[in-house]
Amino acid sequence: MSDSTDINPAARRSAVGARRPFYRRRKSCPFSGPNAPKIDYKDVRLLSRFLSERGKIVPSRITAVSGKKQRELALAIKRARFLALLPYILT
Amino acid sequence: MPLYECVLIARNDVTQQQVEAVADDVAAQLEADGGAVKKREYWGLRSLAYRIKKNRKGHYMLLGLDAKPPFVTEMERQLRLNEDILRFLTLRVETIDEAQSAILARKSDERERSFRGPRAPTRLDGGRRRSFDDREEFRARDDGREESREPVEE
Repeated sequence: MSDSTDINPAARRSAVGARRPFYRRRKSCPFSGPNAPKIDYKDVRLLSRFLSERGKIVPSRITAVSGKKQRELALAIKRARFLALLPYILT
Repeated sequence: MPLYECVLIARNDVTQQQVEAVADDVAAQLEADGGAVKKREYWGLRSLAYRIKKNRKGHYMLLGLDAKPPFVTEMERQLRLNEDILRFLTLRVETIDEAQSAILARKSDERERSFRGPRAPTRLDGGRRRSFDDREEFRARDDGREESREPVEE
């Protein structure tokens, strides 16, 4: 009704252009598809790939793990932490 | 009968024979009860990721069992009373994989330092330089740390 409708599309367009550079690099889930490794709490090497530098679990929006596998992965990491195969926190 | 997987951590001070003795004990009781030990692995004296009851290393033992649930409860009770066992984790599993578990398989493999976790994006567009963004925080930790915690060979 007022001039605000004209301004908004332009503002939105500039915001869209400033998208993050790695937005386009959406890989597929590393645990789906053929020859995917099985999520096992004993496989420390595989699990440590999904931990940050401080030992925190990396969110799936960064690793592109699917929702279901992320839950399994988190459960496996927590079991491994309990068994002292992985640390809870790193300093 | 349902299948279970049990991982035990024994104290640093005990010998491997004593850890094996605990496993033999469980096996004997299980045979008497009508079950079977399907898998038995000794992972060695490994460094722990954090101190458990003032121990920095522990003996790890993996047992794959085919047992009845009341037996498992009783076995856990016995393990809890045993002061040489620091921790145990028993899980119910669908199948017990005959192959070596990942811990032993990795030990025999050459350790390669190929993957280092999610890499930071290449900054192709000019104006958006950031010193710290989400990915920086979540970069996977150095493999060097893992190397330094190599299990001790007896």
